[in-house]
Amino acid sequence: MKMQAQSQDSTPFVQLRNASLAYGGEGQQLLAVDDISMSIEQGEFIAIVGPSGCGKSSLLKLVSGLHPALKGEVIVDGKAVTSPISICGMAFQNSTLLPWRTTLDNVLLPLQIVQPFAGNFRRHRREYVEKARHLLASVGLLEFEKKYPWELSGGMQQRASLCRALIHDPRVLLLDEPFGALDAFTREDLWEVLQTLWVEKRPTVVLVTHDLREAAYLADTIYVCSPRPGKIVSRNEMHFPRPRSLETTFEPDFVDTVQLLREKIARH
Amino acid sequence: MPKPFLTRLVPWAVTLGFFVLWELACWGFRVDRFILPRPSEIAVSIIKHYPAILLNSWQTLYTTLVGFALAVGFGLCLGLLIGALPAVYAGLYPILVGLNSIPKVAVVPVLVIWFGIGTVPAIITAFVISFFPIMVNVATGLATIEPELRDVLRSLGASRLQILWRVGMPSAMPYFFASLKVAVTLAFIGSIVAETVASDRGIGYLMIAASARFDVPLVFAGLLVIALMGVIMYEVFSYIDRRVTFWAIRGNEMIS
Ligand SMILES: Nc1ncnc2c1ncn2[C@@H]1O[C@H](COP(=O)(O)OP(=O)(O)OP(=O)(O)O)[C@@H](O)[C@H]1O
Ligand SMILES: [Mg+2]
Repeated sequence: MKMQAQSQDSTPFVQLRNASLAYGGEGQQLLAVDDISMSIEQGEFIAIVGPSGCGKSSLLKLVSGLHPALKGEVIVDGKAVTSPISICGMAFQNSTLLPWRTTLDNVLLPLQIVQPFAGNFRRHRREYVEKARHLLASVGLLEFEKKYPWELSGGMQQRASLCRALIHDPRVLLLDEPFGALDAFTREDLWEVLQTLWVEKRPTVVLVTHDLREAAYLADTIYVCSPRPGKIVSRNEMHFPRPRSLETTFEPDFVDTVQLLREKIARH
Repeated sequence: MPKPFLTRLVPWAVTLGFFVLWELACWGFRVDRFILPRPSEIAVSIIKHYPAILLNSWQTLYTTLVGFALAVGFGLCLGLLIGALPAVYAGLYPILVGLNSIPKVAVVPVLVIWFGIGTVPAIITAFVISFFPIMVNVATGLATIEPELRDVLRSLGASRLQILWRVGMPSAMPYFFASLKVAVTLAFIGSIVAETVASDRGIGYLMIAASARFDVPLVFAGLLVIALMGVIMYEVFSYIDRRVTFWAIRGNEMIS
């Protein structure tokens, strides 16, 4: 059975209209993202692939509102993005957990910042801790809740980082090569973990990755970027039935799709 | 994991060896006690002048710790301020660097004009000399937030103040505590410098008075007491450092 993005109405949840992003001031501006247009449905899982330095991370900064667009528009949930949108969760290649907090306390961090959780953190602490422990349990980390991040393996840190990104039930999840530094086995484990979390909570996900198998396994739609300044050069819908498993990745159809994507990237 | 017995013994053995060597060298080369007294002579002098040494040590400890406490307070506040607000940093930079370049001995006469001789100049000298490293370290610590972590927090809608409180302050703590170890030793130097120039109390004064009487063993007794207080203070703060910022050393040396 195919789980397509549930489009309640016709307007997409995340929309980029001819958006560009540049670094540096006047005179020596460096265009990182150029004239990108894309629409992401609510609950859709998209992946962005492309050569290194093509502006994938910059694209995430556009969507999250961390960096303003030079030209064009970014619209999330019907509103133009001008400053950081607090309805998003982020995870990066390095887990960026706080070394002085236990795993559990790290996962709780967003609830101490994002409203309305932060306002009644003290009062609802019990409930929030339960929520965090539930999330940790779902990624198999419950027995490590009291451990510090430096006592965890790289894969465990990444799991914790995913939990932190999801604890406040963000409507958008932005992932920048979250499994890039992990070995192949751990990475494939985490694909499954992420898919399960996504099916359960159905946030809109933007995943940046270098791994085409990862993109094809996880995403509904894969966008391929050109070298800098990044432009979208192709949009590919993945129709493999969900839930996908590691076996899916060995099916001829899947292997062919990945091969095709590889050629599309090489062509630019 | 506790250190092996031998490792713990080494510092004591080396220190003891140092004094034994000193004793033997003075004895062997027949060094005049007015040039370099032997450790045993210094020990005798310490016992003889015990009440005076204790009284003056208290005075020095007192001025040092008061000056140091002021330095911790101001250093922490100003460090947070210049670390968090680049404009404040840019504004204060020339003045701070200028003030830090002035040798503190040169300030003491001015302090004497303002406050007379005694306790106050010693406290202030201890303060100004130990303030700078604390402030600089706190400011540096604040500036070491990973860009990705900052992005995570900003994307959650965290304000500058929240980022400072939740991430900046804790990550500056190892820098802060590391600076305390150095700063407390500097505070001692400040106090004693002021006491030797302008005081009628304290270990610095005791030494100056003793050297005027050519009581060289007592001068060395003073030096020894200063060194001892320095070692104890350093140990106290490095113990606190290890306890509070165990996560910064990744738990490797938690017990050592
Ligand atoms: N903070 C910054 N200041 C100036 N230039 C930047 C900054 N961040 C990125 N760039 C530039 O923008 C371009 C795109 O960078 P970006 O990090 O978005 O690429 P990327 O596709 O994520 O690369 P990678 O796959 O290697 O992570 C690069 O040429 C980079 O040099
Ligand atoms: Mg990147």
